[in-house]
Amino acid sequence: MSGNWNYIIRRLLYLIPVLLGVCFLVFVLFNLTAGDPVLMLLGKHGSPEQAAALREQLGLNQSLFMQYLDIVKSAFTFDFGRSWSTKQEISAMMVQGAIPSLTLSLPAFAIATFTSIIFAVVVAFYRGKGIDLFIRITCIAMMSISSLVYILVFQYLLAYKWGLFEISGYEFGFPNFLYYVSLPILIWVILSLGPDIRFYRTLILDEIYQDYVRTAKAKGLSEKAILFKHVLRNAMIPIVTYTVVQLPFLLLGALLLESFFSIPGLGGMTITALNSSDFPVLKAITILSAIAYIVFTLVQDIVYTVVDPRVKLQ
Amino acid sequence: MIGQTTADNMIDGQTVGKNESEDKSKSLWGDAWVRLKRDKIAVVSLSIVVFYAMIALLSGLGLIAGDWAQEVGPSYAAPFENFDYILGTDLFGRSVLTKVIHGTQVAMSVGLISSLIAIPIGVALGASAGYFGGWVDEIIVWFYTTVSSIPGIMLLMSISFILGKGITTVYIALGLTSWVGLCRLMRGEVLKHKNREYVQAAGAIGAGHGRKLFKHILPNVTHIVIIFTSLQFQVAIKSEVILSYLGIGVSGQPSWGTMIDDAKLELARGVYWQLLGATVAMFVVVLAFNILGDALRDALDPKLKGKS
Repeated sequence: MSGNWNYIIRRLLYLIPVLLGVCFLVFVLFNLTAGDPVLMLLGKHGSPEQAAALREQLGLNQSLFMQYLDIVKSAFTFDFGRSWSTKQEISAMMVQGAIPSLTLSLPAFAIATFTSIIFAVVVAFYRGKGIDLFIRITCIAMMSISSLVYILVFQYLLAYKWGLFEISGYEFGFPNFLYYVSLPILIWVILSLGPDIRFYRTLILDEIYQDYVRTAKAKGLSEKAILFKHVLRNAMIPIVTYTVVQLPFLLLGALLLESFFSIPGLGGMTITALNSSDFPVLKAITILSAIAYIVFTLVQDIVYTVVDPRVKLQ
Repeated sequence: MIGQTTADNMIDGQTVGKNESEDKSKSLWGDAWVRLKRDKIAVVSLSIVVFYAMIALLSGLGLIAGDWAQEVGPSYAAPFENFDYILGTDLFGRSVLTKVIHGTQVAMSVGLISSLIAIPIGVALGASAGYFGGWVDEIIVWFYTTVSSIPGIMLLMSISFILGKGITTVYIALGLTSWVGLCRLMRGEVLKHKNREYVQAAGAIGAGHGRKLFKHILPNVTHIVIIFTSLQFQVAIKSEVILSYLGIGVSGQPSWGTMIDDAKLELARGVYWQLLGATVAMFVVVLAFNILGDALRDALDPKLKGKS
């Protein structure tokens, strides 16, 4: 067990160089490579005095090293300053945006995961037979259509033409938000089915070829009993760990879905920031999503050791 | 070193291939080719890919669809009304069929060039990390852990935004964001091979690092690059559409992405043919790449059979 603790501590310490690296990438992208933000903000008609004042205000007249340190500081304090376009405090914008994002992504993710696992169990049970082949081909076919096409066609047919859903927009508070998020949720679920079923099927099949399954068969257990009592239980380990890593991405919601359906979440916010060259918001979202990813990968590793004693972390 | 335990454990203990006894001793590639040829769907997929590549080449040389900018009929003419614009026309009266063909050139070039950018980076970094180990490995693993911590779409958007609109941007942004997966696989594979007997034997008769790596190990891990390329094409083609929607994609020429994006405004007016044309063209080739990728993996690396 002490080996595990050592590992966890080492992993925690490893967060620091990775986070510094993320900050460095953000610095290279936005401070070194991107065009001069002062020109973008002032347009063509700004006077040199105005430009100098703005440069001062944005901290762009500091040395490059100090600019990098600013980014690092923001990553550790979560103080990202103010948005260039809305002038709001970015951390407040984030908190505000997280709610609509989660009302969309949490139910969508739960439904998608649950449905995919059921399908995956069915295909694994009938592996090699017609139904397995059919579902696998359908999955690949569904994955071969652009997600934008699903969004466009579903919105046009289900909302615009048949009026089953709201076309776009959002309202806070239960149950009002449900009218607005149900179509995006439906699209999210359909988009996830293809890759998820394929992935879960692989995980379940990995277990089916293990020795203990052969033993269970030799004992005379039925296929069903083996699948549900043994295989599924063991396959839940990789399934759960996979699910954990996906959680941080839920916070970001679905960039496309949110921006397309005008849901004021973090994803929609990102696209708005992109269109208005709002560097601080873009930097903040990049850094925060990276932090979330790093932390959840660590959690995944730890969960993995806790549920599966065979795995020794080193 | 990070989170690799799962993947490696999963690969071992898998039942390997089915009756290969009929193929006598053959090279890896000969053997793989035989297995691939046996898979009828894979052969069809390969033919489709070759067909698209030919169209892209002809269009690139200006032999077909060079006149995509020309006005051939009225604005938004419906499909199958006139042979000159059999798939209908867009807002400016340009033929949708010609645009789809030009879009094929854009799509295939996006797949090809982004792969050509990602492969050298992924192979060089992955192979060095796996082969040399030690601090070289530490630095490279740190680097790709850092890059992969940023969600792909954020990185793609940031790079495209910074470089500005245009097809060159799409190439570079997709190339720079997709090498990580290849690098990670390459590192693992080289790591496995470097202590195998054949490499030790090469070392024993005096082969240096360069010779061991380039002459012995790399030829044995090329299959990873091939599988990667097949999957990278479809990822790149699909990403081009998203970039177009975000307004940071291809500009100044038609692409499947811009055609699908145009449908935002067209669908409400009942104009579906640009969307349909681009979607069908894209569906066929992406499906082919998907199936081919799976089939290549089964043929070249039977241990991974059934993995996705």
